[in-house]
Amino acid sequence: MGQITLQDVQKSFGPVHIIKGADLEIADGSFVVFVGPSGCGKTTLLRLIAGLEDVSGGKILIDGKNVVDTPPAKRGLSMVFQSYALYPHMSVRGNIGFGLKMAGLSKDETNRKVEAAAATLNLTPYLDRKPRELSGGQRQRVAIGRAIVREPKAFLFDEPLSNLDAALRVQMRIEVTRLQKQLGTTAIYVTHDQVEAMTMADKIVVLNGGKIEQYGSPLELYEKPANLFVAGFIGSPKMNFVTGEHALQKGAATIGVRPEHLKIERDGAGGWQGTIAVAEHLGSDTFLYVDAGPFGMLTARYIGELSLHAGDRVSLVPDPARIHRFDAGGNAIRG
Amino acid sequence: MARMATTRRVVISTIGAWFFGFLIFFPILWMVLTSFKTELEAFAIPPSFLFFHWTTENYVTVQERSDYFHHALNSVIIAGGSTLIALLIAIPAAWSMAFSPTKRTKDILLWMLSTKMMPPVGVLVPIYLIYKSFGLLDSRIGLVFILCLGNLPIVIWMLFTYFKEIPRDILEAARMDGATIGRELVYVLTPMAIPGLASTMLLNLILAWNEAFWTLNLSTSNAAPLTTFIASYSSPEGLFWAKLSAASTLAIAPILVLGWFSQKQLVRGLTFGAVK
Ligand SMILES: Nc1ncnc2c1ncn2[C@@H]1O[C@H](COP(=O)(O)OP(=O)(O)O)[C@@H](O)[C@H]1O
Ligand SMILES: [Mg+2]
Repeated sequence: MGQITLQDVQKSFGPVHIIKGADLEIADGSFVVFVGPSGCGKTTLLRLIAGLEDVSGGKILIDGKNVVDTPPAKRGLSMVFQSYALYPHMSVRGNIGFGLKMAGLSKDETNRKVEAAAATLNLTPYLDRKPRELSGGQRQRVAIGRAIVREPKAFLFDEPLSNLDAALRVQMRIEVTRLQKQLGTTAIYVTHDQVEAMTMADKIVVLNGGKIEQYGSPLELYEKPANLFVAGFIGSPKMNFVTGEHALQKGAATIGVRPEHLKIERDGAGGWQGTIAVAEHLGSDTFLYVDAGPFGMLTARYIGELSLHAGDRVSLVPDPARIHRFDAGGNAIRG
Repeated sequence: MARMATTRRVVISTIGAWFFGFLIFFPILWMVLTSFKTELEAFAIPPSFLFFHWTTENYVTVQERSDYFHHALNSVIIAGGSTLIALLIAIPAAWSMAFSPTKRTKDILLWMLSTKMMPPVGVLVPIYLIYKSFGLLDSRIGLVFILCLGNLPIVIWMLFTYFKEIPRDILEAARMDGATIGRELVYVLTPMAIPGLASTMLLNLILAWNEAFWTLNLSTSNAAPLTTFIASYSSPEGLFWAKLSAASTLAIAPILVLGWFSQKQLVRGLTFGAVK
């Protein structure tokens, strides 16, 4: 079991209020991603759950029990650090087995579990190596091995893939997701990369300035962003925002349309007209950056190849069903 | 073409490194060579490099005239004792400054280092008088004490830099893994700190072994270490180059051997942990 509940969790460092009241329900077995820009408090919130920082207010419940006064080791959680934080003087076997040794398991039992974890992570040939003799991806796997071997109630990951190169990152992303599904253990995963969030999460928590902006499934966030921040943060390329008269006509202070929901017409008279500033041809997609005068710079995405180039005039027609409306406070207008 | 250029660069820098290495080592080599010459040959101009009459009579004379082992034992006690006490004080001091720093930690460190900026001769008279009234002149304890205090700032400073390098994440990982403070100390912190401790200890041993200002001024015979033993060949009856060299060779031999066997730790120590 690993159900985690936050009730009005607060954290201040001295006079600085970092986490401004977080409420969250994390269901047992789910994969929850904390995403947000750098410095928004993701790591701090994770460390509060881990017990590496003390809360300034509020409650953290694990399986219904308030753990704010419980030391980290007794919370039954395990953490994978951004820096891996492997013990440099211990072999892979020692690293993975350290927690079991501290828990007082017998040597045989420890070895059996370490070897099982190593097999899951393809680390068997490296069991007797030291961390410095491993590649970045292998170190990452040792850190994960150390987390899974203790069979915790939940895994906590703090940007575990950010030190890997792009190709390896995609591969590890898939491995971590698959492993979590296979073990069925609750996971909280911190990242600043919204693509990682969208691809891995069952549910995403979007954080900004120490506050939870929205909590929902990836598709919910994509289709029904609660406010301007979430709308702009989730989705790549970013959503286009148009303000002024055109928005007012639709009864909103700001309207937003995703690049993939703009229909591109070569010489249409309707929609938002402008001149292509930059055209990016990826083969699979074409991205147009269009200078649309009063509407500002707009991004449009076309699936497949489109032979348009910088300087061409186009008209962009928003899909009426896919227009997001926001009020003056930045909150979404529904209905 | 590019490859040849790099090969040439490697050859040139290798030759250069050997040349400068030899240049730096030369005084020691010359001292060792001189110690095997007769007093006359030691003075000869032009000096002969290898083709002289090799003799060990200097060593015999030196051992007859003064008791090498007595001084060597003093050196071991003074250098070893002062290093040990300095470490016992410095480990907790550096530890607390590295792991729970306060606003004043930087100031304290600088203040400690500033004491090394004062020339020792500036406090020679007061220290001498204090030692005199406490009966510490020419005593091993007195020398252990003053060398320990003299090196303490550097020892604390070095250990602080090492401890600072131990990533907090690793300590937190150990906490997550269920290690108590005691086990964290035994299984994680100490093994990670040992290389730093070893190099600090070695460097301090060498500094204390060669320290000449306080040992010369505060000891005469009883507590006199090897530095005093060397000095006794330079003053009273004029200079005896060959015997002085023999005495010096004998004095540095133990520390040279120690240094040779612990090169790796020493390099780490001297670069203050910059080499990983
Ligand atoms: N120990 C600390 N003392 C003071 N401020 C801190 C401390 N830890 C984090 N902060 C501040 O809290 C904010 C959030 O940090 P963090 O949780 O690391 O952000 P994120 O992981 O989202 O990038 C930052 O502004 C950071 O400077
Ligand atoms: Mg962070």
